[in-house]
Amino acid sequence: MKMMDKLSQLWRRLLFYARRNRFDRELEEEMRFHLEMKAEENLAAGVSPEEARYAAQRQFGNQTLLREVSREMWGIRLIDALFQDLRFGMRMLLKNKSFTAVAILSLALGIGANTAIFQLLDAVRLRSLPVKDPQELAEVRLADMKGARGGVHRSSSVTNPIWEQIRERQQAFSGIFAWGTDRINLATGGEARPARMLYVSGDIFHTLGVNAALGRVFTTADDQRGCGAPGLVISHEFWQREFGGEANVIGRKITLADRQFEIIGVTPASFFGMEVGRSFDLALPICAAALVYRGGWLNSGTYWWLTVTGRLKPGWSLEQATAQLQSFSPGLFEKTLPANYPTVSVKDYLGSRLIAAPAGSGVSQLREKYEQSLWLLLAIAGLVLLIACANLANLLLARASARECEIAVRQALGASRVRLVRQLLVESLLLAAFGSALGAWLAQALSRFLVAFLNTSAAPTLSTSTAPIFLDLTPNWRMLGFAASLAALTCLLFGLAPAIRATRMDPGAAMKAGGRGMTAGRERFSLRRALVVTQVALSLVLVAGALLFSRSLGKLLTAPTGFRQEGILIADVGFRRPYLPLDRYPAIQDALLARVRAIPGVESVAFTHIMPLRGGGSLHVWMDGADARQRQRTSLSRVGPDYFKTMEIPLLAGREFDARDRADAPRVAIVNEAFARKFLHGADPVGQRFWMEGMDPIPETRYEIVGLARDTKFEDLREEFRPIAYTAPAQLVGASPGGPVVIRSRLPQAEMVAAVKRVLNEIDPSITVSFQVFKPMIEATILRERLMAMLSGFFGMLALLLACVGLYGILSYGVASRTNEIGIRMALGAQRRDVFWLILREALLLVTAGVAVGLPIIFAGARLASTLLFGLTPTDPVSLLLAALLMLAVAMVSCWIPARRATKVDPITALRFE
Amino acid sequence: MGNDAKKTELMPGTLEMLILKTIERNAGPMHGYGIARYIKQISNDVLQVEEGSLYPALQRLAIKGWVKAEWGQSENNRRARLYKLTPAGRKRLKQEVADFERVLEAILRVVQPT
Repeated sequence: MKMMDKLSQLWRRLLFYARRNRFDRELEEEMRFHLEMKAEENLAAGVSPEEARYAAQRQFGNQTLLREVSREMWGIRLIDALFQDLRFGMRMLLKNKSFTAVAILSLALGIGANTAIFQLLDAVRLRSLPVKDPQELAEVRLADMKGARGGVHRSSSVTNPIWEQIRERQQAFSGIFAWGTDRINLATGGEARPARMLYVSGDIFHTLGVNAALGRVFTTADDQRGCGAPGLVISHEFWQREFGGEANVIGRKITLADRQFEIIGVTPASFFGMEVGRSFDLALPICAAALVYRGGWLNSGTYWWLTVTGRLKPGWSLEQATAQLQSFSPGLFEKTLPANYPTVSVKDYLGSRLIAAPAGSGVSQLREKYEQSLWLLLAIAGLVLLIACANLANLLLARASARECEIAVRQALGASRVRLVRQLLVESLLLAAFGSALGAWLAQALSRFLVAFLNTSAAPTLSTSTAPIFLDLTPNWRMLGFAASLAALTCLLFGLAPAIRATRMDPGAAMKAGGRGMTAGRERFSLRRALVVTQVALSLVLVAGALLFSRSLGKLLTAPTGFRQEGILIADVGFRRPYLPLDRYPAIQDALLARVRAIPGVESVAFTHIMPLRGGGSLHVWMDGADARQRQRTSLSRVGPDYFKTMEIPLLAGREFDARDRADAPRVAIVNEAFARKFLHGADPVGQRFWMEGMDPIPETRYEIVGLARDTKFEDLREEFRPIAYTAPAQLVGASPGGPVVIRSRLPQAEMVAAVKRVLNEIDPSITVSFQVFKPMIEATILRERLMAMLSGFFGMLALLLACVGLYGILSYGVASRTNEIGIRMALGAQRRDVFWLILREALLLVTAGVAVGLPIIFAGARLASTLLFGLTPTDPVSLLLAALLMLAVAMVSCWIPARRATKVDPITALRFE
Repeated sequence: MGNDAKKTELMPGTLEMLILKTIERNAGPMHGYGIARYIKQISNDVLQVEEGSLYPALQRLAIKGWVKAEWGQSENNRRARLYKLTPAGRKRLKQEVADFERVLEAILRVVQPT
């Protein structure tokens, strides 16, 4: 019962706070009543009315004291004190509006930047998938992909035959499923309408615990080999976008690959598939891949496109699951070894082993690409926040020294030191709270802006496409908690030291000094200088980082690529209806090329199999007559006639592909310099022959080299030049028709696009096309570097500004406190020049100290950024030198005004002002 | 403060007991002045409660939930704050009286001439 009593007591006290005014009024009335009664008593005893009243009051005693004691008894001491501190703090902040505004703004920027990046990291890295019990999910993959040949979608993918065997033989999972993605075209002609397709096995929704938002989702019955007309499940986003969220979407039909698929269900809004950072539009069972694509996706042992994930049975650990998987791995790979597998890789294939890996946070290309950059950005933003806090601490220290007198008086009146420190801390807490609230709001805007920037820069297609990056950025408790803890941390960082410092003073000495803040000046001054030196050091680190990333980006952009970048338009052409026999297409494609070439303004046109700088496959080759067992890898590219002319890749010897190179003619190839260096040790390759290993369905083939091209980048601007062998698509049996057409022209982009669309429409309205401009496409591949350069540059400038402000602050303060000294010097004969130099020397000293402290930090942290830089080491001397010079320039700028003010000191007034 | 030379000091804590007992004795709720007057009369002017102790004591009792204050009419039809006992207050009073009597008996045993 004791507890209940205490609780009801607390409740009564809290009620008191709510009815405070009424309490005061009632108490006053009660005492008035008492007073009147007493006066009446006196009157009844025979005293005159006024005397009665005075006597009553005298007897009553001190009313004010009574009131206060009563009030105090009711209140909760801590709350009273807190409210008092808060009110006082607000008043002090409002008194000094400009300081408060600057402080809150700099805190908001710092906390906002940190929170935004944390939000991105949280969405990309830390959060689990929005499914049931994600910690129980595990991925089944190969221990290493040495033996994987053919088309590999992801480093964790398997082929469909392997998946089917896993499904049959596994025992560690209560539910297991596979999934794969692709982009498809929803348009039936003209401009392409891309959509993201997710192929899933039947058990996925049941295993993940995802129920349909509308209609139904797939079950194992839907995913059987040879399924004729499976239903289609669409995503919530697609449903809203294409059908406006109408309820009658079930039963509607969508046309894909010339077939009609009926919509049977809609997934809930929170489900976006298994890949963090991407969403999907449509989902089909895996068996439907046989209907959508001509090729044998389902039977191919060289197409690695499925990712396998499952829910572990209760009590099974990852190690136990791996052991079980490894027990049947040899048998599985033996059974699934494809016929005509490249001989050099057969042993590796048979030696592959399956393992189980954690899958609770899904797979993510976004994560792989950006995780390290995001952590680095978080560190950078954290440093900026530290610099801002150092600034604030300095400002508060300056203010505290101005309030010395006031604090001394209060201490003399009996305020305890703890109470004073607490009150000063409350001011800092208020600043931190406001700054953090504003920062959290800014963070939302900033993170959305970053994602939007990545989206618009990453998908520079001219046709409208769905946003590639899909992240859930709604504010959640983690983000708010992060912002709040930053607030508390910054408050302690910049508020505690000044508060303790301010109350350390001997009150007597402070009052004697008259509040000019000159006492203990040396000691306090050294703390402020230390803070400024720290600021300069951290700014140096950030400026150096910004310079490194910017220069790295510059080097990337100017690195020789081997081909022309400007003025190239790529038209990705797709053939739909009617499906003609494959051997008719070469003629159609030739006609198409001829028509596009005929457009006035077009300089050159060529077909290619894969867009330039998108990479391609690789195979092993060996020179004719050399030992076949010594075969080595080369990259592969398939290009049509005039390709080298269009891309302006110089042909150093021989010729391009032309009309001679038909399917029935001897096989020819063009190689690049790197190939000649690797396989022929620099000898002239034209006329030589080499063998290429077979990759199902193509057998081992001998090629004659007819041309030598200059080196070009293959997949990535950052890579070294690698050996490339070019073959002609016309000689490739069974290639699907359509693909990218590269066009070099002098026409402006819009005209070119319109002209090509017209030409294609004239040939056949069912031909689909999507356009990309080459240069923006290249820039999209270095998006990460651009992002790092942009953000680190922004933060670097911010840091520079903060350091400048900090230096200016302390130099001004120094001038103000040394006015006497300057006056004396000038009286003793110092020139204005000498005084100027005095201040300048101070600035240089501080900056040099800062640089000296900052350089070791840079060297220590260099390793963190090395993988993100191109063509530079993290300790690149030029960048470091530039950064140091920038800091010195900042020193000059920041000391200008204080130094001028120092030279303007009138010695007479300075000396008089003792 | 008061103009009576003979002012006996109350043992600490007994004031609250006296107030509670006073309210219990009188059937209806009482105001602060009435409580002080009653104590003074019944004790033959020995115990004179000053306002500076009376009202804080009443507040304490109200915080602890042993009395409840309500505005009502005094005996001469004036608006006054009247205090009455709560059930918890009654229980508390019984306990305090018992404790006090026990202590008093013990003191008397020490002080009384044998």
